[in-house]
Amino acid sequence: MNASRKKFRAKYLAPTLYIIFLMTPIYWLLTMSLKTNQEILSTFSLWPKNLTFANYIVIFTDASWYSGYINSMIYVSMNTVISVLAALPAAYAFSRHRFLGDKHIFFWLLTNRMAPPAVFALPFFQLYSSIGLFDTHIAVALAHTLFNIPLAIWILEGFMSGVPREIDETAYIDGYSFPKFFVKIFMPLIASGIGVAAFFCFMFSWVELLIARTLTSVAAKPIAAVMTRTVSASGLDWGVLAAAGILTILPGALVIWFVRHHIARGFALGRV
Amino acid sequence: MQKTHDHKALWLVAPALLLVAFTAVIPLMTVVNYSVQDTFGNNQFFWVGTEWYREILRSDRFHAAFLRQIMFSATILAIEIPLGLAIALSMPKKGLGVSVCLVLMALPLLIPWNVVGTIWQIFARVDIGLLGHTLNGLGIDFNYTQNAGAAWATLIIMDVWHWTSLVVLLCYAGLVAIPPAYYQAARIDGASRWAVFRYIELPKMSRVLLIAVLLRFMDSFMIYTEPFVVTGGGPGNATTFLSVDLVKMAIGQFDLGPAAAMSVIYFLIVILVSWAFYTIMTREDFEPSGGAR
Repeated sequence: MNASRKKFRAKYLAPTLYIIFLMTPIYWLLTMSLKTNQEILSTFSLWPKNLTFANYIVIFTDASWYSGYINSMIYVSMNTVISVLAALPAAYAFSRHRFLGDKHIFFWLLTNRMAPPAVFALPFFQLYSSIGLFDTHIAVALAHTLFNIPLAIWILEGFMSGVPREIDETAYIDGYSFPKFFVKIFMPLIASGIGVAAFFCFMFSWVELLIARTLTSVAAKPIAAVMTRTVSASGLDWGVLAAAGILTILPGALVIWFVRHHIARGFALGRV
Repeated sequence: MQKTHDHKALWLVAPALLLVAFTAVIPLMTVVNYSVQDTFGNNQFFWVGTEWYREILRSDRFHAAFLRQIMFSATILAIEIPLGLAIALSMPKKGLGVSVCLVLMALPLLIPWNVVGTIWQIFARVDIGLLGHTLNGLGIDFNYTQNAGAAWATLIIMDVWHWTSLVVLLCYAGLVAIPPAYYQAARIDGASRWAVFRYIELPKMSRVLLIAVLLRFMDSFMIYTEPFVVTGGGPGNATTFLSVDLVKMAIGQFDLGPAAAMSVIYFLIVILVSWAFYTIMTREDFEPSGGAR
């Protein structure tokens, strides 16, 4: 008994230590969000002495705070839908066919995943201003397709290549048209791949700040940008800042739970 | 998989191509356009050719930022890849522990980048942060707003915290895909733990490791938000990486020409490295021994 427990401890020591390392800063943010500003600045304690939810109440009652969450949610959802819909047929083409310039197109798409957002910030601002889309949700959603469509194609192509060709051929022999086959037969087969691709589009659109901040001013301002404004403006309201930070972690934690069985394969871009 | 030649398949790619072309090609052309012109304002531009490029390539500021960038990327790769590999190897392979590990480890990846910056900005502060406070209590002079070494250490620990999980998840995905028969054969042969790692696990993981190195190199090479939030590029210019420098130049000083030339150079470096990786990866795709992938 004792020996097996010791073995257990030694075996899982590394992952356990690593998870503790990951959780400590998040825990610190959480305790801070439950303290008053006065307590944060005056005393140094590992947990809140006077537990308060005042910081969260500020966020849920102040429109300049909670509208940030709504804005982020809107453009992230729009981006996820656009990216996955555009990537599905393209990924099918790359996984099943050879065509003119296919490898070059695939590589060119991938380079956009690798493009530094700092390079695009200024021209994006000018492009979307000139067509009157500045400070709209769709502008951010479209701008984020820059890296999300290539990523979605990459992931979906990996999952689709795992589906045998015979399924396509049998469906055509049975008289299915391509759109009917694709929606009725093929998409259910790669449902987990679609879920994983949507998850990654959600994730990368949710975590990106530079482009989202550049393309918005008031009406579509994302929560992440609202936070940076607060840091520079007051520089003191640590409790509210921490509470806002905790609330930005929650959506990620929720969606990750739904894809937990596929997440490892997804991070390998469907290529394991 | 056997693929068929069908040029009509291009139509399936068309929606994605059009969207990406709209979001990528038009802005990129704007950048190239600026990089060969100078302006006095009022939308008056005149042609200067490659002057900005020569200026950027010769400027000490660009060299310094580039050097810092390479050092940063090399350091985090040297830490994150071995660490991620080691943790993936010691993770449980089945049971409830897997889900718990995966979800908890993936959590930092889903935090908005500026919140990551905020978390570490707070956590490393001397007055209200656990890390800074503890280190100072131990008698170590740790102040990332004044001390360049401390600023670097903070950013590197932050990046390790933020991204090592990506390497872990990739390696883990590669590990669980190895058929049990390989391990059985190794046990029959009496292979040591090291031999199993060296001759079974490492070769089978080479592909995901390559993806991990590629993604980590690229993303660290364009890091902007986190250093911007934590150190703002300082103290002095100690943590002004390429993207931080570029945004300072383009939006802070509105030097459009030099900033655009720098963007093009920056992007070319990224494409060159991606191309090298892509060539290696696609070459591996056609290896006949890739059955277990």
